[in-house]
Amino acid sequence: MEFLSDIASLINSTLRISTPLVFAAMAGIFAERSGVIDFSLEGKMLMAAFVAAVGSYYLGNPWLGLLLAIIICVCLSMLHGFASVTHKGDQVVSCVAINILIIGLTTALAAAWFGQAGLTPTLNEDQRFLEIHLPFADALRDIPVIGTLYSDILSGHYVFVYLAYLSVPLVFWIVFKTSFGLRLRAVGENPSAVDTAGINVFTMRYKALAINGVLIAFAGAHLSTAVNANFFREMSAGRGYLALAAMIFGKWHPKTALIACLLFGFTDALQIRLQGVELPAIGEIPVQLIQALPYILTVVLLAGFVGKAIAPNAIGQPYIKER
Amino acid sequence: MSNIVVDKSKVPWWVSNVIVPLVNLTLALLVSGLFVFIAGENPIEAVKLIIYGSFGYIQGFAYTLYYTTNFIFTGLAFAVAFHCRLFNIGGEGQAYIGGLGVFLVAINLSFLPVPIVWLLAIFGAFLFGAAWAYIPAYLQSKRGSHVVITTIMFNFIASSLMIFLLVDVIRDTNQMAPHTVKLPEEIWLPSFEAFSGILGIKIRYSPLNLTFLLAIASLFFVWFLVWKTKWGYEMRAVGHNTQAAIYAGISPHKNIIIAMCISGGLAGLLGVNEILGVSHKIQAGFPAGYGFTGIAVALMGRNHPIGILPAAFLFGILYQGGSEVTFEMPNITRYMFVAVQGLIILFSGALENLFRPQIESFFVRRLNREVNV
Repeated sequence: MEFLSDIASLINSTLRISTPLVFAAMAGIFAERSGVIDFSLEGKMLMAAFVAAVGSYYLGNPWLGLLLAIIICVCLSMLHGFASVTHKGDQVVSCVAINILIIGLTTALAAAWFGQAGLTPTLNEDQRFLEIHLPFADALRDIPVIGTLYSDILSGHYVFVYLAYLSVPLVFWIVFKTSFGLRLRAVGENPSAVDTAGINVFTMRYKALAINGVLIAFAGAHLSTAVNANFFREMSAGRGYLALAAMIFGKWHPKTALIACLLFGFTDALQIRLQGVELPAIGEIPVQLIQALPYILTVVLLAGFVGKAIAPNAIGQPYIKER
Repeated sequence: MSNIVVDKSKVPWWVSNVIVPLVNLTLALLVSGLFVFIAGENPIEAVKLIIYGSFGYIQGFAYTLYYTTNFIFTGLAFAVAFHCRLFNIGGEGQAYIGGLGVFLVAINLSFLPVPIVWLLAIFGAFLFGAAWAYIPAYLQSKRGSHVVITTIMFNFIASSLMIFLLVDVIRDTNQMAPHTVKLPEEIWLPSFEAFSGILGIKIRYSPLNLTFLLAIASLFFVWFLVWKTKWGYEMRAVGHNTQAAIYAGISPHKNIIIAMCISGGLAGLLGVNEILGVSHKIQAGFPAGYGFTGIAVALMGRNHPIGILPAAFLFGILYQGGSEVTFEMPNITRYMFVAVQGLIILFSGALENLFRPQIESFFVRRLNREVNV
């Protein structure tokens, strides 16, 4: 039983830790499928975390905080679009600029407004999201297997966890089953063909970036108003890049990207459990090595030792309409 | 959207390389002023403090040049890779590992005569930084793993690795804090006050040291390498048009590796300044964001040594003057200057074409009128 509950808690934390990665990977799919590179997921996630925490602290309602975060993230996506779609600036440079700007701005503003180095005030129970306990979770707990599955794994998560996994089939449906999705993918593969068909390439890319901004806001709000009860400096800790790696490893496809996100989440959950544990034959692994595991895994996955990834054809190139 | 078409050949060099960058920089600084205002302080007072802090007294000016040294290295590092169209965001990690190189060489070979230890330590910094850049370069060229993500990951990994080494392997066991022992005093690089002491001027401590000259030499080295050698030509060819380069018999693989290794090596030289010149030991997290600032320096300097020198100096002013601001203004922290860097990258990198067509056509029209008269 000890072993079983260990597994259950590991799966439970995998689902929770993967949540921001799933949102970010889905956000990334929209941007990159439309042909716009988005390394700025990292910065937008951090900004969303900051805005959600500050917003729900002042407005007293985490949903209003989330709404503010969505607005700000869509604005940042529009800024990225303004630089790289309208003015044909370098997409990677634009992303790096947004990321560095936001690392600085969030910490500087937190210090200026709240007087603590890069911290926002702790949110009380009304100002943050709480865990949702599914109906009958306590009653069913004692039934073997089903009880564990339902009460310990599926129940007791934050709302974002459920939303994240629901977003995957939704994204799949939008990208692969609707005419909007067809245009989106076509803009990323062959923009001039889409232009010939009378569809505005720029508008499509802006729409994709807007959806991207909405999705990434959920990831940030999850970090600062659900899992934690405040914002702290650089709390996104590279998750935006991990999600992007997961998306590339998942070949820009929602289902495979989800699997890659879960793999990252699992590595991270394992990483937390392994700290300070003596392993047979190896002994205690240095904590720094364990903490670096998700980053090492990213490099290994990107190296494509498990299959080569092929990006959308027109990715990273600004579209220049022929005169 | 602007539809102004400008004949590029008629645009004077000083318009596209001086006027336009200055306009972009001004925009970035104006928005920065807005942020300072949002944080609850007076932007004009902040500018006064920056100017006083970086120029107002000799010690402050020496600090400015010390920061400039670091930014020259990391700016050049980004620029070299950029000429091959590679985004080396990993300067931070390469500098960290470069510091390890300096320290290991210096501590193990400290019995050698002084200039030789220095040269070997510089070589060690370059080699370690280059080695840390080699793996992302290899993965980019052979496996197509995007160098931005891998170099960022290597920053995280470098940080974990160095903390591990500092805590468990090379820590000064007499101290609680995770840092190494100090290098023997004989091999420290001479500081600015030692020089001014010879000239009979007494000034207070500053971290400026002989590495400043190494940074100036690096500017010449990069200029020569990128524009005057076959290597540099091949590197730029791969960067401009990989397909054309392949037809010309140039190997993209080889050039990606060379560009990234030189880039990583230059970032590693930051360790010479910090460890051989200033703190004489490895401290946790010593690159302190200089690697990222290098991106802004390079983009502002248009990836050319002649531009990188003033850009690095400007960031030196911002850093040194900025510390004066954070001291005087409680609402401003050093992170405000990280945000300023982001704005400078945004306006002089990503949005560099925002007003370029308007400015260029304005000058082209004016100059043509003069010719006609």
